[in-house]
Amino acid sequence: MKRLCLAAFAALMASSVATAGDIEPAVVYDVGGKFDKSFNEGVYDGAAKFRADTGIDFREFEVQTDSQRVQALRNFARRGLDPILAVGFLYASALDNVAPEFPDTRFAIIDAVVDQPNVQSIVFKEHEGSFIVGILAAMAADGDSIGFVGGMDVPLIRRFACGYVLGARHARPDVRVFQNMTGTTGAAWNDPVKGGELAKSQFDRGARVVYHAAGSTGLGVLQAAADADRLAIGVDSNQNHLHPGHVLTSMLKRVDVAAYDVFDSARRDEWRSGVRVLGLKENGVGWSLDAHNEALVTPAMKAAANEAARQIVSGEIKVHDYVTEGDCPAK
Amino acid sequence: MELFTLLVLVLDSTLRLSVPLILAAMAGLFSERSGIIDIGLEGKMLGAAFAAATVATFTASPWAGLAAGIGASMLLALVHGYACITHRGNQVVSGLALNILVSGVTAVLGIAWFAQGGRTPQLPGEARFLPLEWPGAAWLREVPGLGTVYSELLSGHNLMVYLAFLAVPTVAWVLYRTRFGLRLRAAGENPQSVETAGISVIALRYRALLCTGVACGLAGAYLSLAQSASFINDMTAGKGYIALAALIFGKWRPVPALLACLLFGFLDAVAIRLQGVDLPGIGEVPVQFVQALPYVLTVVLLAGFIGRAIPPKALGVPYVKER
Repeated sequence: MKRLCLAAFAALMASSVATAGDIEPAVVYDVGGKFDKSFNEGVYDGAAKFRADTGIDFREFEVQTDSQRVQALRNFARRGLDPILAVGFLYASALDNVAPEFPDTRFAIIDAVVDQPNVQSIVFKEHEGSFIVGILAAMAADGDSIGFVGGMDVPLIRRFACGYVLGARHARPDVRVFQNMTGTTGAAWNDPVKGGELAKSQFDRGARVVYHAAGSTGLGVLQAAADADRLAIGVDSNQNHLHPGHVLTSMLKRVDVAAYDVFDSARRDEWRSGVRVLGLKENGVGWSLDAHNEALVTPAMKAAANEAARQIVSGEIKVHDYVTEGDCPAK
Repeated sequence: MELFTLLVLVLDSTLRLSVPLILAAMAGLFSERSGIIDIGLEGKMLGAAFAAATVATFTASPWAGLAAGIGASMLLALVHGYACITHRGNQVVSGLALNILVSGVTAVLGIAWFAQGGRTPQLPGEARFLPLEWPGAAWLREVPGLGTVYSELLSGHNLMVYLAFLAVPTVAWVLYRTRFGLRLRAAGENPQSVETAGISVIALRYRALLCTGVACGLAGAYLSLAQSASFINDMTAGKGYIALAALIFGKWRPVPALLACLLFGFLDAVAIRLQGVDLPGIGEVPVQFVQALPYVLTVVLLAGFIGRAIPPKALGVPYVKER
């Protein structure tokens, strides 16, 4: 009888654990690391906010090498953590393999589409946000050239570059744009010295504003702009505060909101699989204006940026998407 | 004209990129000429970079940071010495162990102290070595040719860049013109003869390692205080090994080693600068090709142009005093 009672009690406990509201979420970060002040840190901020709001703690893992991706996902899934959020497109193939093994675990991935019934794919229209900061860059350069430093040379980063160039040409049709990629491997996300050298080479060639989409490598770009007394544009998180007066603006990619949503929807049992596309319209991307860059953004620039944003949301301007539409029309 | 400016800018970048290699190669020169293989250049640089950035963060003084970097690097050099001079351990193993140890320890301490994924906080300008503008550089910039060379190539580097280039003649002078240098070279070639002359080989090798520590400390501090504005995990990224390769390239001599370092720096700079540049007659060079270029050239040069490099005779042989 006693044993039966215990068993019943245990079953009761188990069932209460399974109800909504008691999730055990996890995040696996990309190689840039949790505190890259950019992409991964944005996700961390969102997850930390979720923890503060709900009191539900989350597990996390930072991969050091590519081979750890599958292990990390599988480990968390095996321990019963749910939902599991994978940060970065480099997880796509790992998740594609792991997700079918754990059909009851809810996965989410940022920046890639994984077609599995238990995966939510979150992608952003970075080209739209980049278009806006391109306008700001071209106007701030005022006749001079502008530049772009990408991280790893992949279609996703080309999408940033393409939107940026199109935006710049939208504001100043004859502006010259220098484009560089840091590398072709994952190490390209974590090489500030090289990022700084690339930015310096663009400044030397006459660029006045350089936009980076390069994770930790971008910290070197921002530093180079501050050292050369030029302007840089941050990415993903709001990076205006890193070098006040030298960061023109930041292209916000609201990965923090996305991460929060993944956890919160799972908590409320409203989580859905499939693809979520977040653009200007959904407030998934945008540009930052705060006390640190107020003085750099003139009213005319602000008006032009807001007008373009309105036109993109309403559909009057359609920004070319490198990932789905291929080759960029502007060089 | 465009091409000339490009060339000057590439050389400018070459100087910046080869500084850590030059300092590390000079460091390696001391220990290897005294008979101690130093695979641990990488680890000493990394440790110095971390110590320098950490102290500069708290004191806001680049000089305190530099001193801490040198101190940390000397300490690591002494550990290496204790293992392979006093206890006659395998020098390669000891050096490699140092590299692995430092790579882990800096990351762990960095996470524990600053909670930024192993990075140290961004240093403000006054805590770093900033570029020094030579007199009249801004004014001469407009002069074509010579003015560009003066204002871009010579002026506008930080103190440590100039220091690195001064280090080479200094090291050459110490090695070839002083009594200490003579004895040091002798200890690397024929330690028994040094001992016969009544000079302690052990003490000599320890002193050589301390010199190595100082130069590695400078190299590490350059990475985190001058080139970047913070310490980053594994920021040496193989520079210690490249410096060692340059040292062998240069046949264990200061000036040829300097040239080898400049070559590596130049190839690196070219790889960065050539990206997305239209070359006359060729057009835009693919990124992948440009990035492979340094390695291709290294192989070609090694296979075809550098003759046999003869190491110091007693290199890697633990010294045992005969009784």
